[in-house]
Amino acid sequence: MNTVAVVGFAHADTSLTTSGVETLVPVITAALADAGLGRREVDFWCSGSSDYLAGRAFSFVSAVDAIGAVPPIAESHVEMDAAWALYEAYLKILAGEAETALVYGFGKGTAGDLDRVLSLQLDPYTVAPLWPGAVSIAALQARLALDAGLFTEDDMARVAGRRAEGPYLSCPLREHDVARVADGVAAVVLAANDRARGLRERPARISGFAHRVDPQGLGERDLTTVPSAVAAARDAGVDGAVDVAALHAPFTHQELLLREVVRAGSYLPFGANAMFSAGLSRIGAAAGEVMSGRARTAVGHATSGPALQQNLVCVLEA
Amino acid sequence: MDTLAAPLTIAFDYTRSLGPVLGRFMAGLRERRVLGARTSDGRVHVPPLEYDPVTHEPVTDLVEVSPTGTVVSWTWNPRPVEGQPLDRPFGWALIRLDGADTPLLHAVDADELHTGMRVRIRWAAEGRGHIRDIECFEPGETGISEIAEDLEPVEIMTTPIRLHYQHTTSAEEDRYLRALEQGRIIGQRCPACRKVYVPPRVCPADGVAPDEVVEVADRGMVTTFCVVNVPFAGQRLTPPYVVAQVLLDGADIPISHLILGVEAGDVRMGMRVAAVWRDRSRWSTTPENIDHFEPTGEPDAPYESYAEHL
Repeated sequence: MNTVAVVGFAHADTSLTTSGVETLVPVITAALADAGLGRREVDFWCSGSSDYLAGRAFSFVSAVDAIGAVPPIAESHVEMDAAWALYEAYLKILAGEAETALVYGFGKGTAGDLDRVLSLQLDPYTVAPLWPGAVSIAALQARLALDAGLFTEDDMARVAGRRAEGPYLSCPLREHDVARVADGVAAVVLAANDRARGLRERPARISGFAHRVDPQGLGERDLTTVPSAVAAARDAGVDGAVDVAALHAPFTHQELLLREVVRAGSYLPFGANAMFSAGLSRIGAAAGEVMSGRARTAVGHATSGPALQQNLVCVLEA
Repeated sequence: MDTLAAPLTIAFDYTRSLGPVLGRFMAGLRERRVLGARTSDGRVHVPPLEYDPVTHEPVTDLVEVSPTGTVVSWTWNPRPVEGQPLDRPFGWALIRLDGADTPLLHAVDADELHTGMRVRIRWAAEGRGHIRDIECFEPGETGISEIAEDLEPVEIMTTPIRLHYQHTTSAEEDRYLRALEQGRIIGQRCPACRKVYVPPRVCPADGVAPDEVVEVADRGMVTTFCVVNVPFAGQRLTPPYVVAQVLLDGADIPISHLILGVEAGDVRMGMRVAAVWRDRSRWSTTPENIDHFEPTGEPDAPYESYAEHL
């Protein structure tokens, strides 16, 4: 069986047009350049995006324009953060069906009201018809953790480098507890290990990769323990602390919940909430720490769904 | 650079089949009763689960719980938005109803909230078998209702969805639409394969941004077409009529448009056609400036001239 490594990464948090295609082209070009790979040398392409975000039908089909599909290419798509597209590409290489892959995610989170759009990922019978926003649901999770004494509002503020003062946005969340909504694009290049060593001196080998999901009902799981993150970390072989971790936490209290699951010497700060690319960017950033030699072991994490419902953990080693 | 942008609202009424568990749950709400699902471990889930998470067997045992419960967690919603249960500031809460083991999410109409607060359901004036039969919760207590006879399950629930967006064009789309406003059609050439794309776009064959701006003619040839015979919602023309792929002179990719001014049965592959523009006073940054295409009467183009576009 192949081993798989990250060999290239690029991302942009610039404003996107509705189609997003124009913004994808330079990011994909940069990721390929980072990996030292030509476009025609990519065996498998996989992307993550959702039409709900920008209100445009079949945007992932348009996005294929950015990668040049003539002559025909092998391509796939997931309606999730592109970290899950990376998982599909990882399996493809692991199974020996491809030697190289490029994975990209894109989303125009600013095209609509993201808080309302995300209501539609909730249970369509008993929850979505109430239109509770994503921030409100995160706030319910934060209060449960605060009531349980897991941390304080000061601890949350420190994640954002701030102090717990000023008005609440959605009590107990203040503005600094909620990541800024942004448009974003990210691309990661994978290669089977033998090929990877030919492409760059220090590829970031994926030593473990797993994802898990918790029940959809918000009352059906313990919102303070993140069971799916615990299970994914265990399945990915997380054992003790890694040198560095990049967690995908759109809210400060979620960063604190996740740090209990993934222990690391240091944590790369989370930037903007760029839907469908932020999770892939975290893995790219973690891999970047290994490829640069700053870290020997790293974890990239991605989340999806309300209140950390679904979690993915990717362990990277030099 | 600020490119052209425009608002877009997407709306759709989702109709969902409910099945035996949610159908009875919604029927209960219609009659101002709350039913929970009892699973094999004896726990009562509200909202109900359709399958037992331990045994994976279908849930069949529904039991009535109280319309009064306790706030397990809460947040404050100072700025309600479209579609939410209340149009003034309110609380969101996870509420565990008396007799249930799991909390459900709903709105609470109160001046302040706290964990452990006792709240009861405020029912909507008229039940229709929908989660919104619970208008919201309010502070207070109320007893369990009389056990009524078996309920006929609700089969379908309808939930209207409305989302609002701001569509933003690319620099190429912006240039194309602004040219149309002046009665011109432009394409752009791919720097790799040299093809002219109308409208201009990233070359789908080479994955590179388009380059040189090229003005193309407002006339060309039909490559292929279809006759629309089927009526549909929002249709603006009476069938039968023709939608064709039109390869404009100077372009390397056809555009889709209507062919009018000719019997549907007389439209042919290779037929030469020209744009019929709307009155100049109505031009704006839209493809609608061209109303349709009509035959020019020129001899048909030879098959070889459009074969690669089929």
